[in-house]
Amino acid sequence: MKELVYLPDVVTLELCESTCNGCGMCVKVCPHEVFELSGKKAHIINRDYCMECGACALNCQVKAISVKSGVGCAAGIISGILSNSEPTCGCSQSNSTCC
Amino acid sequence: MRTNFIHGSIQNNGLAVPLVTDRLEIKDYLGSFMVRWGINRGNYMVNTGLFAIGNPDSSSDVFVSANYKLSFDSLRKNLAGINGWILVLDTKGVNVWCAAGKGTFGTKELVRQIKNVSLDKIVIHRRIIVPQLGATGVAAHIVKEETGFNVHYGPVRADDINDFIAAGYRATKEMRKITFKFSERGKLIPNDFVYGKFYLFGALAVVFLLSLIGKHDFPGYSLNDGFKAMFNIFLGYCSGVVVTPAILPFIPFRRFAVKGFITGIVLSIILLFLNLTGENLLENISWFLLLSAISSFLAMNFTGSSTYTSLSGVKKEMKTAVPLQIIFAAAGIILMILGKIF
Ligand code: SF4
Ligand code: SF4
Repeated sequence: MKELVYLPDVVTLELCESTCNGCGMCVKVCPHEVFELSGKKAHIINRDYCMECGACALNCQVKAISVKSGVGCAAGIISGILSNSEPTCGCSQSNSTCC
Repeated sequence: MRTNFIHGSIQNNGLAVPLVTDRLEIKDYLGSFMVRWGINRGNYMVNTGLFAIGNPDSSSDVFVSANYKLSFDSLRKNLAGINGWILVLDTKGVNVWCAAGKGTFGTKELVRQIKNVSLDKIVIHRRIIVPQLGATGVAAHIVKEETGFNVHYGPVRADDINDFIAAGYRATKEMRKITFKFSERGKLIPNDFVYGKFYLFGALAVVFLLSLIGKHDFPGYSLNDGFKAMFNIFLGYCSGVVVTPAILPFIPFRRFAVKGFITGIVLSIILLFLNLTGENLLENISWFLLLSAISSFLAMNFTGSSTYTSLSGVKKEMKTAVPLQIIFAAAGIILMILGKIF
C-alpha cells in the first residue's frame, strides 16, 4: 500500500547537521523514516512524513534536533482552545499498534 | 486490577516475582473486545512492577510495558517461548504510545521502576527493551546516565519481537515503521463510534425538534418526518466515524476534514435519490449542508487516532475547516426551518 502522507510543508522539524554526531538514534526511534544516516551525519529525507511526535529530539544527546511536538488531534486542539491551554489529548483512543 | 494471567511466582533474590502466562484466555479476549467499544476503558489495568514469563534467570531479557492491559496482553502473547522479565510502568492504564506522548510512559517513571525493583540485582546484563513508540517519552541517554541500563528500542509492533531478538536486538526498517492499515483503522472505529455519542444525541435531538415546526399536521406527519431526520443524522454520523476512517486512503485529498466532507456529500446524494432528504429544494439543500458539515467535523476528529498526522498539520486544516463547518451547519439549520415554514 502507498505511504500515507499528511499535509506538505507544515512540520516544525529542524535538524542542525553541524551539531549532529552521527549516533543514529533518530533513525532508530522515528516511526516514519524521516531520517537517513550517511557520511556520519543524519539527514532529513522525508520531511513531510513527520508527525511531530518528538521522539527524535528527545533521544538526541547533542540536541541537534528540534520539533514542536504534540498530538495531532483535533479534539485535543479544540479542548485546548476552550480551556485556553496547550492541546492535550484525552487519549480516548486505543492504539492498535501499541505494544 | 486484573490478575487472571498470573500463574504462580518465581523466587529471585528472596523476592517473589509473579509469573505470567503467555496464553490469552477467553476472559482476555472478551476484555479487549469490550475495551475497544469503550467499556471499562479507564480501568483496564494490570499491576506495575516486575513480572516473569517462561523461566527467566539473571541473563534473560527485560521488556518494558505499560499497565494498560491491552498493551500488556499483546506483549506477553508475543513472548511465547521466551524466558524474560517484564517491567510494567505506571501509565495510569493508558497504552504505550499515548502515555509516551503525555510523558507518563517516560524517562522518570522508567528510572523509578528500574530502581524500585532493583533491576540491577535481578539481571547481570544492562540491557532493557523498550517499545519504539515509547521513545516519545523516554530519553535513552538519560536512562543510561541514571541507572546504567542501555535502552534498546524494540519493534513498533509486538508481533515482531521474536524476529527482533533473533536479529541481535536490531529492528529492521519494516519493524520501525508505523503503519495504518485497514485492520488497524478498523480496531479504532468502535471506540470512536461510542466516544462521539454526545454529539450524536445532541444532533438527533435538534433535528427531531426542528421537524416539529411547520405546517404539517401534528403529530402523525411531523413524527414521521422527525424519525426520517434522525435516521439521516445517524447516517451522517456513520459517514464521519465509520466510512471515512475505513476507506481513508482511497478518498482523495489529504485533509481529513475534506475527506469527511466528500463522504458526507456522497451520502446526501444517495439520500436525495432515495427520496429521504426532504420535501422541497430548501430542505434538500439543508441536508447537503448538514450532512457534509457533520461528516467533515467527525472525520477531522479522526486525526487524533491516526498514526501520521502532525499537530501543525491538524492546526492548519482546522483553521479553515472549523469556520466552514460552523457556517454549513448554521446555514443548514436555517434553511431547514425556512423549508418547513414556507
Ligand atoms: S540523534 Fe542527534 S546526534 Fe544522533 S544521528 Fe540523530 S541528529 Fe545526529
Ligand atoms: S518528530 Fe517523530 S515522526 Fe517526526 S522526525 Fe522525529 S521521530 Fe520522526
